[in-house]
Amino acid sequence: MKNQSISDTLKLIKSKKISIKELSNNYINEINKNKDLNAFIYFNEEKILERAEKLDNMKEDLPLKGIPLGIKDLFCTKNMPTTAGSKILSNFQPTYESFVTKKLLNSGALFLGKTNLDEFAMGSSTTTSFFGNTINPVSSENKKLVPGGSSGGSAAAVAANLCLGATGTDTGGSIRQPASFCGVIGMKPTYGLCSRWGIIAFSSSLDQAGIFANNIQDASILMYEMAGYDPNDSTSSNVEIPKYHDNLNSNVDGKIIGIPEEYSLPGISDEINQVWDKAIKVFEKGGAKIKKIKLPHTKYALPAYYIIAPAEASSNLARYDGVKYGFRSENISSLEEMYELTRSEGFGKEVKRRILIGTYVLSAGYYDAYYIKAQKVRKLISNDFRDAFKECDFILTPTTPSPAFPIGEKEDDPIKMYLNDIFTVPASLAGLPGISIPYGTSKEGLPLGVQILSKHFNEQEIFNAGYYLEQNNE
Amino acid sequence: MKIDKNTTQKIARLCKLRVNNEEIEELSLQLSSILDWVEQLNEVNTEDIEPLSSVSTENLPLRKDEESKKDLSKEILSNSPENLENFFVVPKVVE
Repeated sequence: MKNQSISDTLKLIKSKKISIKELSNNYINEINKNKDLNAFIYFNEEKILERAEKLDNMKEDLPLKGIPLGIKDLFCTKNMPTTAGSKILSNFQPTYESFVTKKLLNSGALFLGKTNLDEFAMGSSTTTSFFGNTINPVSSENKKLVPGGSSGGSAAAVAANLCLGATGTDTGGSIRQPASFCGVIGMKPTYGLCSRWGIIAFSSSLDQAGIFANNIQDASILMYEMAGYDPNDSTSSNVEIPKYHDNLNSNVDGKIIGIPEEYSLPGISDEINQVWDKAIKVFEKGGAKIKKIKLPHTKYALPAYYIIAPAEASSNLARYDGVKYGFRSENISSLEEMYELTRSEGFGKEVKRRILIGTYVLSAGYYDAYYIKAQKVRKLISNDFRDAFKECDFILTPTTPSPAFPIGEKEDDPIKMYLNDIFTVPASLAGLPGISIPYGTSKEGLPLGVQILSKHFNEQEIFNAGYYLEQNNE
Repeated sequence: MKIDKNTTQKIARLCKLRVNNEEIEELSLQLSSILDWVEQLNEVNTEDIEPLSSVSTENLPLRKDEESKKDLSKEILSNSPENLENFFVVPKVVE
């Protein structure tokens, strides 16, 4: 069963070599055997088998019929609780299904459960969840590593073969960074490709749903099924979604690959740069041309992000007030106290820090100096990419500045933690699609990844380049 | 930007968070260092640059202004910490 592809699994199901119920039981066993990873924070065997039986009895043929998936616990699901990894939503049961998960369900997918994440998707290590840490499956017995974050549960679940794919969301790197840490594929499409409707909001101008998978073909199948126009999300794009998986083409002959010099950072370990160089050479072997490009404002992407994202978060998270849903503090005597205690007891440290920063940069007298300034810098970063893509088909960079680190590290210094996303944040600010592909290992044998970026709605180009790299992963 | 304890307290009140005396010192330091760090943006010349608030390529779509009648009150109330006769209940606000 290990590393079975989606298309092979569909064939097995179709030819009745395996029933969806049998398949589900296999995955239930795997999840139970790997409980210590804490990849799933909601998992209900009865409900899984109920759904499996229903799918087995269904005559209709569906594109993902019976495919077992993990769902990041930031997507509202009607039949499973949704917590965002927070105490404040620990008892929340959505009464509707998010657009993306509804699409997957309509395509016949089988949800195994909800995966762990950093609280409200704020983090790079899945250590801020109210439901405990997720452990990276590549960890050794005596050294437990983080899976990355915020979609760490999804990345770990796919890496440990607890599902065939998993949804994630990426605001500044929350799919690509954990994919790199766990050694799986992680794809964040163009902002607007997948509807945000029913995804618990963190930073609305950046949040975007995406996917984790074991190989490019699976990722392209799942991406196609998740994408699409939704009138309920005013930023959802009404573009035609190509059948990425039917169009996969690993020929990179004549493609121009941009290599941004600003991504060679001082202090980044050699192993990261070596893997990057190796990937460049492999592309050259396939006939691609290498072009050095400039993204002059790269350095300012992280600080701009850490103004914009907390500002939007402070506004989005104002809704958690203990009135309409979620946790309410019990020790209250007045309305004011209800708000303050509910929020103080309900949110974790990192979330509170970001709400405070966001409130500060939006407050009277500081709005122009911080928030507007950051948005202007965002414009310059977006222009950098626009200019760069006049000269190249895609951009190749490392995904992360380091391999997975031990749980507990970087906890005392927020900025150190933020630096994890140094290579992923710039594309997020520009709304560009990006993928992380497992490529090479560190000296200690930990997975590393390279990132491929392209123009808006050019997901096909990214999948094709990834397909080539996957086939030439020496 | 140096954030002192009073400023931290003031921001906390604005976003309805209660921070106790033990937390406030550490928070003030962390907020100060985060703001110091983001202030490197001041090195960037942004004269005549329009702020970018959305990367969406879509124009805001218009929909027909149609009435829809659906009673969702039961569903809407189903997650409330306290409700009574189709209302959310909160602590008393008038004396």
